[in-house]
Amino acid sequence: MSSQNLTIVQAVRDGLYTEMNLDDEVLVMGEDVGKNGGVFRATEGLWNEFGDDRVIDTPLAESGIIGTAVGMAAMGLKPVPEIQFSGFMYPGFDQIVSHMSRFRNRTRGRYTLPMVLRAPYGGGIRAPESHSESKEMFYAHEAGLKVVIPSTPYDTKGLLISAIRDPDPVIFMEPKLIYRAFRGEVPEDDYTVPIGEAAVRREGTDVSVFTFGAMTRPTLEAVENLEDEGIDAEVVDIRTISPLDRETIVESFKKTGRAVVVHEAPKNGGLGAEITATIQEEALLYQEAPVKRVAGYDVPYPLYALEDYYLPSVARVEEGIREAVNF
Amino acid sequence: MSVLQRDPQDQVRVLDEDGTVVGEVPDIDDETLVEMYRYMRLARHFDTRAVSLQRQGRMGTYPPLSGQEGAQIGSAIALDEQDWMVPSYREHGASLLRGLPLKQTLLYWMGHEKGNEMPEGVNLFPPAVPIASQIPHATGAAWAKKLRGEDDTAVICYFGDGATSEGDFHEGLNFAGVFDTPNVFFCNNNQWAISVPRERQTASETLAQKATAYGIDGVQVDGMDPLAVYSVTKAALDKAKNPGEGEGRPTLIEAVQYRFGAHTTADDPTVYRDDDEVEEWKAKDPIPRLESFLRETGRIDDEGVEAIEADVKQRVADAIEAAESDPRPDPSEMFNHAYAERTPEIQAQYEEFEALREKFGDEGFLRE
Ligand SMILES: Cc1ncc(C[n+]2csc(CCOP(=O)(O)OP(=O)(O)O)c2C)c(N)n1
Repeated sequence: MSSQNLTIVQAVRDGLYTEMNLDDEVLVMGEDVGKNGGVFRATEGLWNEFGDDRVIDTPLAESGIIGTAVGMAAMGLKPVPEIQFSGFMYPGFDQIVSHMSRFRNRTRGRYTLPMVLRAPYGGGIRAPESHSESKEMFYAHEAGLKVVIPSTPYDTKGLLISAIRDPDPVIFMEPKLIYRAFRGEVPEDDYTVPIGEAAVRREGTDVSVFTFGAMTRPTLEAVENLEDEGIDAEVVDIRTISPLDRETIVESFKKTGRAVVVHEAPKNGGLGAEITATIQEEALLYQEAPVKRVAGYDVPYPLYALEDYYLPSVARVEEGIREAVNF
Repeated sequence: MSVLQRDPQDQVRVLDEDGTVVGEVPDIDDETLVEMYRYMRLARHFDTRAVSLQRQGRMGTYPPLSGQEGAQIGSAIALDEQDWMVPSYREHGASLLRGLPLKQTLLYWMGHEKGNEMPEGVNLFPPAVPIASQIPHATGAAWAKKLRGEDDTAVICYFGDGATSEGDFHEGLNFAGVFDTPNVFFCNNNQWAISVPRERQTASETLAQKATAYGIDGVQVDGMDPLAVYSVTKAALDKAKNPGEGEGRPTLIEAVQYRFGAHTTADDPTVYRDDDEVEEWKAKDPIPRLESFLRETGRIDDEGVEAIEADVKQRVADAIEAAESDPRPDPSEMFNHAYAERTPEIQAQYEEFEALREKFGDEGFLRE
């Protein structure tokens, strides 16, 4: 299978293109996704390729976008609505939690919604207010949704195709900080990466570091730096926030006995809390040190002059790992 | 008869494209007319400089207003001291008139929270970034004034054509109609919501006619005609405070205009719109239009224009200088305003944060 060297945002585009070619039922909709190709260019060229009925510029209305996608999906189409920034999902939040997540349950399994709601999320790009939040846990808390967050171009395409083929609704959050930060090999054909499986990015024996999305990079960097200090860390990229791959988490922890969780979302109620609880429930007797969370603070995401101070830095991650190891 | 009593399809105009009077000139004194012109020039020059600062990496993403000065200044200058303004993110000119210094606007777009610190006595809400979300606030604010018996106060709220598609627009206007609140809803219909044209927002013939659904008045005005905008806004504000027999307080104004530049500095409009269209609208530029009227009527001459030009440049240069020499925000500020008092949890996070900064120094702490 031939492959291309793509960025994450190009991999999103390639995933959409690949699946739209294979399946006539797949369509893309949202604000500026058509002629403009999306404000991040994630849908670039699709409108020329597939036309007005499959790549739809909608009115500026998130509840309308998500709500009509719910109706389309109930009729068997596979809509992939884009919300321009995850900070603007809230006008459609009612549709997400009242309907998108519950359609299967409410119809006792008769109907489901094979839709994928995509949105760029997270900070670090010096964007204006409301453009940088990391609120993935709102959706992870809601039963009936799957929540996927890729961190590499290969995973992005494979997970997106899995999400589109999934019979249940998926929230696909794209870490925009690394949309164009690097490239990776992405097969041209269709392939899938399974939803619900974490990936071990680096094996190690001293401590397990759990992370996802844009934070995988500073985490890997911190871990590399710590090699010099003789710390051999394992890095697990969670990839699917919900359902969580508890098995991989617990297995890794049993091996190392120490854990650090790194995420940019606020610490309170973040994924770190869930991972910590899982470790407590399933591997208490292996535990050598308290689980350390390196996270965003419990304050509103600051305007960009201070965002570098808000986001976990390499130094913070390193220090978190040291704390867990030196306990 | 009030300028508001007309069909929402029937656009109010005072000056035509070359500044010739084609409607009823509102009753404004000469000084205010010249101020109107000065502020429009100030807004335009500020905008040009702001875009350039962004290009030079001295400012973050910025939403330009060029083309919309007539609507912003023509409406804001109609407000009384005690009135309130609820802006979107593009009303740098209108906010300036309301009392927000240009330096603050620059700081905000430079990513400093401090840009949102309103000077004492400035009746202005902070810019709202989520589209249409400020509209119900404006209704609530006006409702509060009514409930408290402050009948001399109205609230003007700005938003774009795209905003009229959001639920918040409909809910805000519906409440205003039901509770008869002293609101002026001012829609800056600049034809585009990023790349999506007005026709993709609604199948309604006008945006002004949407008022009918909520039982309030709707009026369409030439938004590039500052005198027409002034007339309509003044009439709407007066009615909000002092409605005649059988009249309702709220009004929806649709100001038809154009954004000359990009949606924001992150946007490339050549992908979705034609140069011809831009040129067509540039011919309607509100600034030469007002200038020509002021010259024709002897209110201003070359000398006056030059003086204004010099003044405008100085003010903008001063504002940039002031904003750029403002100290960088103290990182600990981040922990200060989530609650009236830091919660124990936030206090603990703050202490850990400071300890690490202390240990590594800022450079080490922020190392990528
Ligand atoms: C709820 C929400 N959805 C999407 C966006 C992203 N966005 C920012 S401005 C904009 C277009 C706004 O157009 P319009 O309302 O006409 O106002 P204009 O910018 O033209 O003044 C969009 C889609 C947003 N800020 N808020």
